[in-house]
Amino acid sequence: MEWQRKDLLGLEELSAEEIEFILETAASFKEVSTREIKKVPALRGKTVVNLFYEPSTRTRVSFEVAAKRLSADVINIAVETSSVKKGETLIDTGKNIEALKADIVVIRHGSSGAPNILSRNLNISVVNGGDGWHEHPTQALLDMFTLKEKLGRIKGLDVCIVGDIAHSRVARSNIWGLTKLGAKVTVCAPAMLIPAEIEKLGVLVSDDLDKVIRNADAVNVLRMQFERDNQEAFPKQLEYFQKFGITEEKLALAKKDIIIMHPGPINRGIEISSEVADGKNSVILEQVTNGIAVRMAVLFLVSQGKEYQDAHPH
Amino acid sequence: MPEKAKILDKEAIQRSLTRIAHEVIEKNKGAGNLCLIGIRTRGAFLAQRLSECIKHIDNIDVPVGILDITLYRDDLALAKSQPIVRKTEINFGLEGKDVVLVDDVLYTGRTIRSALDALIDFGRPKTIQLAVLVDRGHRELPIRADYVGKNIPTAKNEKIEVRLLESEGKDEVVLTED
Repeated sequence: MEWQRKDLLGLEELSAEEIEFILETAASFKEVSTREIKKVPALRGKTVVNLFYEPSTRTRVSFEVAAKRLSADVINIAVETSSVKKGETLIDTGKNIEALKADIVVIRHGSSGAPNILSRNLNISVVNGGDGWHEHPTQALLDMFTLKEKLGRIKGLDVCIVGDIAHSRVARSNIWGLTKLGAKVTVCAPAMLIPAEIEKLGVLVSDDLDKVIRNADAVNVLRMQFERDNQEAFPKQLEYFQKFGITEEKLALAKKDIIIMHPGPINRGIEISSEVADGKNSVILEQVTNGIAVRMAVLFLVSQGKEYQDAHPH
Repeated sequence: MPEKAKILDKEAIQRSLTRIAHEVIEKNKGAGNLCLIGIRTRGAFLAQRLSECIKHIDNIDVPVGILDITLYRDDLALAKSQPIVRKTEINFGLEGKDVVLVDDVLYTGRTIRSALDALIDFGRPKTIQLAVLVDRGHRELPIRADYVGKNIPTAKNEKIEVRLLESEGKDEVVLTED
Protein backbone atom coordinates (compact mmCIF):
# COMPACT_ATOMS: atom_id res chain seq x y z
CA MET A 1 0.00 0.00 0.00
CA GLU A 2 0.96 3.66 -0.30
CA TRP A 3 0.99 5.77 2.88
CA GLN A 4 -1.14 8.86 2.21
CA ARG A 5 -1.51 10.56 5.60
CA LYS A 6 0.71 13.48 6.55
CA ASP A 7 -0.38 13.24 10.20
CA LEU A 8 -0.77 10.56 12.84
CA LEU A 9 -3.52 11.82 15.13
CA GLY A 10 -4.91 8.59 16.54
CA LEU A 11 -5.67 4.96 15.82
CA GLU A 12 -9.44 5.53 15.68
CA GLU A 13 -9.16 6.96 12.17
CA LEU A 14 -6.77 4.33 10.82
CA SER A 15 -7.76 1.17 8.98
CA ALA A 16 -6.48 -2.25 10.05
CA GLU A 17 -4.36 -2.25 6.90
CA GLU A 18 -2.74 1.07 7.80
CA ILE A 19 -1.96 -0.14 11.33
CA GLU A 20 -0.42 -3.36 9.98
CA PHE A 21 1.61 -1.30 7.51
CA ILE A 22 3.09 0.83 10.32
CA LEU A 23 3.95 -2.31 12.31
CA GLU A 24 5.63 -3.91 9.29
CA THR A 25 7.61 -0.77 8.54
CA ALA A 26 8.67 -0.60 12.20
CA ALA A 27 9.95 -4.17 11.98
CA SER A 28 12.31 -3.05 9.22
CA PHE A 29 13.50 -0.08 11.28
CA LYS A 30 14.24 -2.13 14.39
CA GLU A 31 17.47 -3.47 12.91
CA VAL A 32 18.93 0.04 12.50
CA SER A 33 19.32 0.39 16.28
CA THR A 34 21.44 -2.79 16.40
CA ARG A 35 24.05 -1.44 13.97
CA GLU A 36 27.46 -0.16 14.88
CA ILE A 37 26.42 3.19 13.42
CA LYS A 38 22.83 3.58 14.54
CA LYS A 39 21.77 6.02 11.89
CA VAL A 40 20.24 6.08 8.41
CA PRO A 41 19.93 9.16 6.19
CA ALA A 42 16.21 8.81 5.45
CA LEU A 43 15.17 12.16 7.03
CA ARG A 44 18.42 14.01 6.46
CA GLY A 45 17.73 17.74 6.19
CA LYS A 46 14.31 17.46 7.86
CA THR A 47 13.49 19.15 11.15
CA VAL A 48 11.34 17.54 13.85
CA VAL A 49 9.95 19.75 16.63
CA ASN A 50 8.86 18.13 19.89
CA LEU A 51 6.22 20.46 21.32
CA PHE A 52 5.43 19.23 24.82
CA TYR A 53 2.76 20.93 26.92
CA GLU A 54 2.88 18.18 29.53
CA PRO A 55 5.88 16.80 31.33
CA SER A 56 7.21 13.73 29.58
CA THR A 57 10.59 12.15 29.57
CA ARG A 58 10.20 8.76 27.95
CA THR A 59 7.97 9.72 25.05
CA ARG A 60 9.96 12.85 24.23
CA VAL A 61 13.31 11.05 24.46
CA SER A 62 11.97 8.17 22.38
CA PHE A 63 10.80 10.55 19.63
CA GLU A 64 14.10 12.41 19.83
CA VAL A 65 16.17 9.22 19.51
CA ALA A 66 13.94 8.02 16.67
CA ALA A 67 14.31 11.29 14.76
CA LYS A 68 18.06 11.38 15.26
CA ARG A 69 18.49 7.79 14.05
CA LEU A 70 16.75 8.94 10.86
CA SER A 71 19.27 11.85 10.63
CA ALA A 72 16.63 14.54 11.23
CA ASP A 73 17.42 17.63 13.29
CA VAL A 74 15.42 17.81 16.51
CA ILE A 75 14.21 20.83 18.47
CA ASN A 76 12.58 20.31 21.87
CA ILE A 77 10.12 22.89 23.14
CA ALA A 78 8.98 22.44 26.71
CA VAL A 79 6.13 24.69 27.65
CA GLU A 80 7.51 25.80 31.00
CA THR A 81 10.20 27.75 29.15
CA SER A 82 8.22 28.94 26.14
CA SER A 83 6.09 31.88 25.02
CA VAL A 84 2.97 29.91 25.84
CA LYS A 85 3.57 31.21 29.34
CA LYS A 86 3.19 34.67 27.81
CA GLY A 87 -0.23 33.80 26.42
CA GLU A 88 0.47 32.55 22.90
CA THR A 89 -2.29 30.31 21.51
CA LEU A 90 -1.72 26.77 20.30
CA ILE A 91 -2.41 27.74 16.69
CA ASP A 92 -0.01 30.71 16.84
CA THR A 93 2.70 28.50 18.31
CA GLY A 94 2.07 25.97 15.54
CA LYS A 95 2.23 28.62 12.81
CA ASN A 96 5.51 29.91 14.23
CA ILE A 97 6.95 26.39 14.12
CA GLU A 98 5.77 26.09 10.53
CA ALA A 99 7.38 29.45 9.72
CA LEU A 100 10.68 28.05 10.96
CA LYS A 101 10.33 25.55 8.11
CA ALA A 102 10.08 22.57 10.43
CA ASP A 103 8.75 19.44 8.73
CA ILE A 104 7.13 17.47 11.54
CA VAL A 105 5.72 18.61 14.88
CA VAL A 106 5.19 16.03 17.62
CA ILE A 107 2.71 17.40 20.14
CA ARG A 108 1.92 16.29 23.69
CA HIS A 109 -0.97 18.24 25.19
CA GLY A 110 -3.27 18.01 28.20
CA SER A 111 -6.37 18.75 26.13
CA SER A 112 -7.98 16.06 24.00
CA GLY A 113 -8.01 17.09 20.34
CA ALA A 114 -5.08 19.53 20.44
CA PRO A 115 -3.20 17.62 17.70
CA ASN A 116 -6.33 17.71 15.52
CA ILE A 117 -6.51 21.50 15.89
CA LEU A 118 -2.88 21.82 14.80
CA SER A 119 -3.43 19.44 11.91
CA ARG A 120 -6.35 21.53 10.58
CA ASN A 121 -4.30 24.73 10.76
CA LEU A 122 -0.87 23.63 9.55
CA ASN A 123 0.49 22.16 6.34
CA ILE A 124 3.38 20.39 8.02
CA SER A 125 3.04 16.92 9.52
CA VAL A 126 1.54 16.57 13.00
CA VAL A 127 2.14 13.52 15.21
CA ASN A 128 0.14 12.98 18.38
CA GLY A 129 2.46 12.28 21.31
CA GLY A 130 -0.49 11.96 23.69
CA ASP A 131 -3.49 14.30 24.08
CA GLY A 132 -5.59 14.52 27.23
CA TRP A 133 -7.64 11.36 27.78
CA HIS A 134 -8.04 10.91 24.04
CA GLU A 135 -5.23 9.00 22.32
CA HIS A 136 -1.57 8.07 22.55
CA PRO A 137 -1.21 6.30 19.22
CA THR A 138 2.53 5.61 19.20
CA GLN A 139 2.32 3.98 22.65
CA ALA A 140 -0.45 1.65 21.46
CA LEU A 141 1.47 0.91 18.27
CA LEU A 142 4.57 -0.06 20.22
CA ASP A 143 2.44 -2.21 22.54
CA MET A 144 0.98 -4.00 19.53
CA PHE A 145 4.40 -4.27 17.90
CA THR A 146 5.72 -5.95 21.06
CA LEU A 147 2.73 -8.32 21.22
CA LYS A 148 3.17 -9.28 17.59
CA GLU A 149 6.89 -9.82 18.04
CA LYS A 150 6.36 -11.99 21.12
CA LEU A 151 3.27 -13.95 20.11
CA GLY A 152 3.46 -13.80 16.31
CA ARG A 153 0.03 -12.26 15.78
CA ILE A 154 -2.63 -9.92 17.15
CA LYS A 155 -5.75 -11.55 15.71
CA GLY A 156 -7.47 -13.79 18.22
CA LEU A 157 -5.31 -12.76 21.18
CA ASP A 158 -6.95 -12.25 24.55
CA VAL A 159 -5.59 -8.96 25.86
CA CYS A 160 -6.50 -7.52 29.24
CA ILE A 161 -5.98 -3.84 30.07
CA VAL A 162 -5.85 -3.30 33.82
CA GLY A 163 -6.01 -0.02 35.69
CA ASP A 164 -7.28 3.51 35.34
CA ILE A 165 -9.15 3.11 32.04
CA ALA A 166 -11.14 6.31 32.63
CA HIS A 167 -8.15 8.65 32.49
CA SER A 168 -6.01 6.66 30.07
CA ARG A 169 -5.27 7.69 26.49
CA VAL A 170 -3.02 4.62 26.30
CA ALA A 171 -6.04 2.41 27.01
CA ARG A 172 -8.16 4.15 24.38
CA SER A 173 -5.55 3.90 21.63
CA ASN A 174 -4.90 0.26 22.52
CA ILE A 175 -8.62 -0.50 22.37
CA TRP A 176 -8.96 1.06 18.91
CA GLY A 177 -5.87 -0.67 17.57
CA LEU A 178 -6.32 -4.11 19.11
CA THR A 179 -10.00 -4.45 18.21
CA LYS A 180 -9.31 -3.35 14.61
CA LEU A 181 -6.69 -6.08 14.33
CA GLY A 182 -9.04 -8.71 15.73
CA ALA A 183 -7.93 -9.14 19.34
CA LYS A 184 -10.38 -9.77 22.16
CA VAL A 185 -9.96 -6.92 24.65
CA THR A 186 -11.07 -6.89 28.28
CA VAL A 187 -10.74 -3.81 30.46
CA CYS A 188 -10.41 -4.58 34.14
CA ALA A 189 -10.60 -2.03 36.97
CA PRO A 190 -12.73 -0.88 39.90
CA ALA A 191 -16.06 0.31 38.49
CA MET A 192 -15.26 3.97 39.20
CA LEU A 193 -12.22 3.83 36.89
CA ILE A 194 -14.24 2.43 33.96
CA PRO A 195 -15.79 5.13 31.75
CA ALA A 196 -19.51 4.83 30.99
CA GLU A 197 -20.40 2.99 27.76
CA ILE A 198 -16.81 1.83 27.15
CA GLU A 199 -18.27 -1.49 25.95
CA LYS A 200 -19.50 0.35 22.86
CA LEU A 201 -15.87 0.34 21.70
CA GLY A 202 -16.11 -3.45 21.46
CA VAL A 203 -14.46 -4.44 24.74
CA LEU A 204 -15.52 -6.62 27.64
CA VAL A 205 -15.65 -5.04 31.10
CA SER A 206 -14.75 -6.74 34.36
CA ASP A 207 -13.81 -5.90 37.93
CA ASP A 208 -12.59 -9.42 38.65
CA LEU A 209 -8.90 -9.65 37.77
CA ASP A 210 -8.54 -13.15 39.23
CA LYS A 211 -11.07 -14.34 36.67
CA VAL A 212 -9.96 -12.48 33.54
CA ILE A 213 -6.24 -13.11 34.02
CA ARG A 214 -6.80 -16.88 33.60
CA ASN A 215 -7.50 -16.69 29.89
CA ALA A 216 -5.35 -13.68 29.02
CA ASP A 217 -2.44 -13.96 26.56
CA ALA A 218 -1.22 -10.55 27.65
CA VAL A 219 -1.91 -7.95 30.31
CA ASN A 220 -1.25 -4.28 29.72
CA VAL A 221 -0.86 -2.72 33.17
CA LEU A 222 -1.64 0.98 33.33
CA ARG A 223 -0.07 3.36 35.78
CA MET A 224 -2.39 4.49 38.59
CA GLN A 225 -2.49 8.23 38.07
CA PHE A 226 -3.05 9.23 41.67
CA GLU A 227 -1.97 12.78 40.82
CA ARG A 228 -5.24 13.15 38.88
CA ASP A 229 -7.34 12.21 41.91
CA ASN A 230 -8.43 15.64 43.12
CA GLN A 231 -11.48 14.44 45.01
CA GLU A 232 -9.70 11.59 46.77
CA ALA A 233 -12.20 9.28 45.13
CA PHE A 234 -9.68 6.66 44.02
CA PRO A 235 -9.32 3.48 46.04
CA LYS A 236 -6.53 3.59 48.57
CA GLN A 237 -3.19 2.45 47.15
CA LEU A 238 -2.90 -0.67 49.31
CA GLU A 239 -6.47 -1.68 48.63
CA TYR A 240 -5.92 -1.27 44.88
CA PHE A 241 -2.70 -3.30 44.97
CA GLN A 242 -4.42 -6.16 46.75
CA LYS A 243 -7.25 -6.43 44.23
CA PHE A 244 -5.75 -5.21 40.95
CA GLY A 245 -1.99 -5.21 41.44
CA ILE A 246 -0.14 -7.62 39.14
CA THR A 247 1.71 -9.89 41.55
CA GLU A 248 3.20 -13.35 41.47
CA GLU A 249 0.03 -14.64 43.15
CA LYS A 250 -2.04 -13.30 40.23
CA LEU A 251 0.42 -14.72 37.69
CA ALA A 252 0.03 -18.12 39.34
CA LEU A 253 -3.58 -18.07 38.05
CA ALA A 254 -2.55 -17.14 34.51
CA LYS A 255 -1.06 -18.90 31.48
CA LYS A 256 2.59 -19.73 32.08
CA ASP A 257 3.88 -17.57 29.22
CA ILE A 258 1.54 -14.59 29.71
CA ILE A 259 3.04 -11.29 28.52
CA ILE A 260 3.14 -8.42 31.02
CA MET A 261 3.33 -4.93 29.51
CA HIS A 262 3.41 -1.48 31.07
CA PRO A 263 3.76 1.89 29.31
CA GLY A 264 5.85 3.30 32.18
CA PRO A 265 6.73 4.88 34.44
CA ILE A 266 5.96 1.95 36.73
CA ASN A 267 4.85 2.39 40.34
CA ARG A 268 6.33 -0.64 42.07
CA GLY A 269 4.01 -1.97 44.74
CA ILE A 270 1.00 -0.03 43.46
CA GLU A 271 -0.11 -1.50 40.13
CA ILE A 272 2.66 -4.06 39.72
CA SER A 273 5.01 -5.86 42.10
CA SER A 274 8.76 -5.63 41.68
CA GLU A 275 9.01 -9.40 41.19
CA VAL A 276 6.65 -9.26 38.20
CA ALA A 277 8.07 -6.04 36.76
CA ASP A 278 11.55 -7.61 36.71
CA GLY A 279 10.36 -11.17 36.05
CA LYS A 280 10.47 -13.41 33.00
CA ASN A 281 6.97 -12.51 31.78
CA SER A 282 7.72 -8.80 31.74
CA VAL A 283 8.52 -7.13 28.40
CA ILE A 284 8.53 -3.60 29.83
CA LEU A 285 12.05 -2.72 28.71
CA GLU A 286 11.59 -4.36 25.31
CA GLN A 287 8.65 -2.00 24.86
CA VAL A 288 11.04 0.92 25.31
CA THR A 289 13.37 -0.47 22.63
CA ASN A 290 10.47 -1.17 20.28
CA GLY A 291 9.15 2.35 20.83
CA ILE A 292 12.10 3.73 18.91
CA ALA A 293 11.47 1.50 15.89
CA VAL A 294 7.76 2.36 15.90
CA ARG A 295 8.40 6.11 16.15
CA MET A 296 11.03 5.91 13.40
CA ALA A 297 8.43 4.23 11.20
CA VAL A 298 5.81 6.87 12.06
CA LEU A 299 8.14 9.82 11.40
CA PHE A 300 9.26 8.25 8.13
CA LEU A 301 5.72 7.46 6.97
CA VAL A 302 4.19 10.87 7.75
CA SER A 303 7.08 12.39 5.84
CA GLN A 304 6.23 10.11 2.89
CA GLY A 305 2.57 11.01 3.36
CA LYS A 306 3.37 14.71 3.15
CA GLU A 307 5.14 14.14 -0.15
CA TYR A 308 2.19 12.09 -1.37
CA GLN A 309 -0.23 14.90 -0.49
CA ASP A 310 1.96 17.53 -2.12
CA ALA A 311 1.98 15.41 -5.29
CA HIS A 312 -1.79 14.75 -5.15
CA PRO A 313 -3.44 18.01 -4.03
CA HIS A 314 -7.16 17.67 -3.29
CA MET B 1 5.62 -3.75 -22.82
CA PRO B 2 6.65 -5.81 -25.89
CA GLU B 3 9.53 -8.23 -25.40
CA LYS B 4 12.31 -7.61 -27.91
CA ALA B 5 14.75 -10.36 -27.08
CA LYS B 6 15.66 -12.97 -24.54
CA ILE B 7 19.16 -12.11 -23.37
CA LEU B 8 19.84 -14.98 -20.98
CA ASP B 9 18.03 -18.24 -20.38
CA LYS B 10 18.16 -20.53 -17.36
CA GLU B 11 21.38 -22.26 -18.38
CA ALA B 12 23.11 -19.01 -19.33
CA ILE B 13 22.27 -17.48 -15.93
CA GLN B 14 23.68 -20.54 -14.17
CA ARG B 15 26.86 -20.46 -16.30
CA SER B 16 27.32 -16.74 -15.54
CA LEU B 17 26.99 -17.31 -11.80
CA THR B 18 29.43 -20.25 -11.91
CA ARG B 19 31.97 -18.15 -13.81
CA ILE B 20 31.54 -15.20 -11.41
CA ALA B 21 32.04 -17.59 -8.46
CA HIS B 22 35.35 -18.74 -9.97
CA GLU B 23 36.43 -15.15 -10.61
CA VAL B 24 35.57 -14.10 -7.07
CA ILE B 25 37.61 -16.95 -5.60
CA GLU B 26 40.53 -16.25 -7.94
CA LYS B 27 40.62 -12.52 -7.30
CA ASN B 28 40.40 -12.95 -3.52
CA LYS B 29 42.80 -15.91 -3.45
CA GLY B 30 40.22 -18.18 -1.84
CA ALA B 31 36.87 -17.67 -0.19
CA GLY B 32 38.06 -17.57 3.44
CA ASN B 33 37.62 -13.84 4.08
CA LEU B 34 34.58 -13.32 1.85
CA CYS B 35 31.02 -12.41 2.53
CA LEU B 36 28.20 -11.73 0.10
CA ILE B 37 25.63 -8.96 0.47
CA GLY B 38 22.63 -9.08 -1.86
CA ILE B 39 20.58 -5.98 -2.56
CA ARG B 40 16.85 -6.58 -2.10
CA THR B 41 15.07 -8.16 -3.83
CA ARG B 42 16.71 -10.07 -6.66
CA GLY B 43 20.28 -9.32 -5.62
CA ALA B 44 19.56 -11.22 -2.41
CA PHE B 45 18.51 -14.33 -4.37
CA LEU B 46 21.57 -14.07 -6.62
CA ALA B 47 23.90 -13.69 -3.60
CA GLN B 48 22.44 -16.88 -2.12
CA ARG B 49 23.02 -18.73 -5.39
CA LEU B 50 26.55 -17.36 -5.68
CA SER B 51 27.27 -18.61 -2.18
CA GLU B 52 26.12 -22.09 -3.23
CA CYS B 53 28.37 -21.95 -6.33
CA ILE B 54 31.36 -20.98 -4.16
CA LYS B 55 30.58 -23.78 -1.71
CA HIS B 56 30.51 -26.20 -4.65
CA ILE B 57 33.94 -25.05 -5.84
CA ASP B 58 35.82 -24.33 -2.62
CA ASN B 59 33.73 -26.15 0.02
CA ILE B 60 33.53 -23.00 2.12
CA ASP B 61 30.32 -21.54 3.54
CA VAL B 62 30.41 -17.86 2.65
CA PRO B 63 27.99 -15.84 4.81
CA VAL B 64 25.17 -14.10 2.94
CA GLY B 65 23.45 -10.91 4.06
CA ILE B 66 20.54 -8.94 2.67
CA LEU B 67 20.60 -5.17 2.28
CA ASP B 68 17.55 -2.93 1.84
CA ILE B 69 18.75 0.42 0.48
CA THR B 70 15.44 2.33 0.64
CA LEU B 71 16.55 4.56 3.54
CA TYR B 72 19.70 5.54 1.64
CA ARG B 73 18.08 6.43 -1.68
CA ASP B 74 18.82 9.89 -3.05
CA ASP B 75 15.45 10.04 -4.80
CA LEU B 76 13.10 9.31 -1.89
CA ALA B 77 11.26 12.57 -2.55
CA LEU B 78 11.28 12.08 -6.34
CA ALA B 79 10.21 8.46 -6.60
CA LYS B 80 7.10 7.92 -8.72
CA SER B 81 5.77 5.21 -6.46
CA GLN B 82 6.35 5.17 -2.73
CA PRO B 83 9.18 2.82 -1.78
CA ILE B 84 8.46 0.29 0.97
CA VAL B 85 11.08 -0.12 3.68
CA ARG B 86 12.02 -3.76 4.12
CA LYS B 87 14.37 -5.53 6.46
CA THR B 88 18.15 -5.46 6.26
CA GLU B 89 19.54 -8.77 7.52
CA ILE B 90 23.30 -8.80 8.03
CA ASN B 91 23.98 -11.08 10.97
CA PHE B 92 27.77 -10.92 10.88
CA GLY B 93 30.44 -8.25 11.17
CA LEU B 94 31.86 -6.61 8.03
CA GLU B 95 35.01 -5.32 9.74
CA GLY B 96 38.07 -6.41 7.73
CA LYS B 97 36.01 -8.57 5.36
CA ASP B 98 36.12 -8.76 1.58
CA VAL B 99 32.53 -7.90 0.78
CA VAL B 100 30.99 -8.76 -2.57
CA LEU B 101 27.89 -6.69 -3.18
CA VAL B 102 25.44 -8.46 -5.50
CA ASP B 103 22.66 -6.98 -7.63
CA ASP B 104 20.74 -8.04 -10.70
CA VAL B 105 21.14 -5.03 -13.03
CA LEU B 106 23.73 -2.24 -13.00
CA TYR B 107 22.30 0.87 -14.66
CA THR B 108 22.76 4.46 -13.35
CA GLY B 109 24.88 3.35 -10.38
CA ARG B 110 22.68 5.18 -7.87
CA THR B 111 21.49 2.01 -6.14
CA ILE B 112 25.12 0.96 -5.69
CA ARG B 113 26.00 4.39 -4.31
CA SER B 114 23.23 3.97 -1.72
CA ALA B 115 24.41 0.45 -0.92
CA LEU B 116 28.01 1.62 -0.40
CA ASP B 117 26.84 4.27 2.07
CA ALA B 118 24.77 1.68 3.91
CA LEU B 119 27.59 -0.89 4.05
CA ILE B 120 30.04 1.62 5.50
CA ASP B 121 27.57 2.13 8.37
CA PHE B 122 28.02 -1.53 9.30
CA GLY B 123 31.74 -1.25 9.87
CA ARG B 124 34.89 -0.97 7.76
CA PRO B 125 35.26 -3.79 5.26
CA LYS B 126 38.73 -4.50 3.82
CA THR B 127 37.31 -4.27 0.30
CA ILE B 128 33.93 -3.89 -1.33
CA GLN B 129 33.53 -5.48 -4.75
CA LEU B 130 30.52 -5.48 -7.03
CA ALA B 131 28.97 -8.41 -8.90
CA VAL B 132 25.99 -7.96 -11.24
CA LEU B 133 24.14 -10.30 -13.54
CA VAL B 134 23.64 -7.63 -16.21
CA ASP B 135 25.43 -4.34 -16.91
CA ARG B 136 23.27 -2.23 -19.22
CA GLY B 137 25.39 0.96 -19.25
CA HIS B 138 24.17 4.58 -18.84
CA ARG B 139 26.07 5.27 -15.63
CA GLU B 140 25.35 8.59 -13.86
CA LEU B 141 28.04 8.07 -11.20
CA PRO B 142 31.66 6.87 -11.36
CA ILE B 143 30.88 3.26 -10.47
CA ARG B 144 31.84 0.01 -12.24
CA ALA B 145 31.31 -3.69 -11.57
CA ASP B 146 34.13 -6.12 -10.73
CA TYR B 147 32.17 -9.14 -11.98
CA VAL B 148 29.60 -9.00 -14.79
CA GLY B 149 27.38 -11.84 -16.00
CA LYS B 150 26.68 -10.15 -19.31
CA ASN B 151 27.22 -6.68 -20.76
CA ILE B 152 24.15 -5.56 -22.69
CA PRO B 153 24.32 -2.18 -24.46
CA THR B 154 20.81 -0.72 -24.26
CA ALA B 155 18.87 2.35 -25.27
CA LYS B 156 17.38 4.39 -22.43
CA ASN B 157 13.82 3.61 -23.52
CA GLU B 158 14.56 -0.09 -23.25
CA LYS B 159 14.24 -2.05 -20.08
CA ILE B 160 16.04 -5.10 -18.75
CA GLU B 161 13.80 -7.50 -16.88
CA VAL B 162 15.51 -10.09 -14.74
CA ARG B 163 13.18 -12.89 -13.75
CA LEU B 164 14.28 -15.42 -11.17
CA LEU B 165 12.86 -18.70 -9.96
CA GLU B 166 12.59 -17.34 -6.41
CA SER B 167 10.54 -14.25 -7.33
CA GLU B 168 8.97 -14.82 -10.78
CA GLY B 169 8.94 -18.60 -10.97
CA LYS B 170 11.40 -18.86 -13.88
CA ASP B 171 14.97 -17.92 -14.74
CA GLU B 172 15.44 -15.54 -17.67
CA VAL B 173 16.62 -12.08 -18.63
CA VAL B 174 14.67 -10.27 -21.34
CA LEU B 175 14.92 -6.93 -23.08
CA THR B 176 11.66 -4.99 -23.37
CA GLU B 177 10.75 -1.61 -24.79
CA ASP B 178 8.51 1.14 -23.41
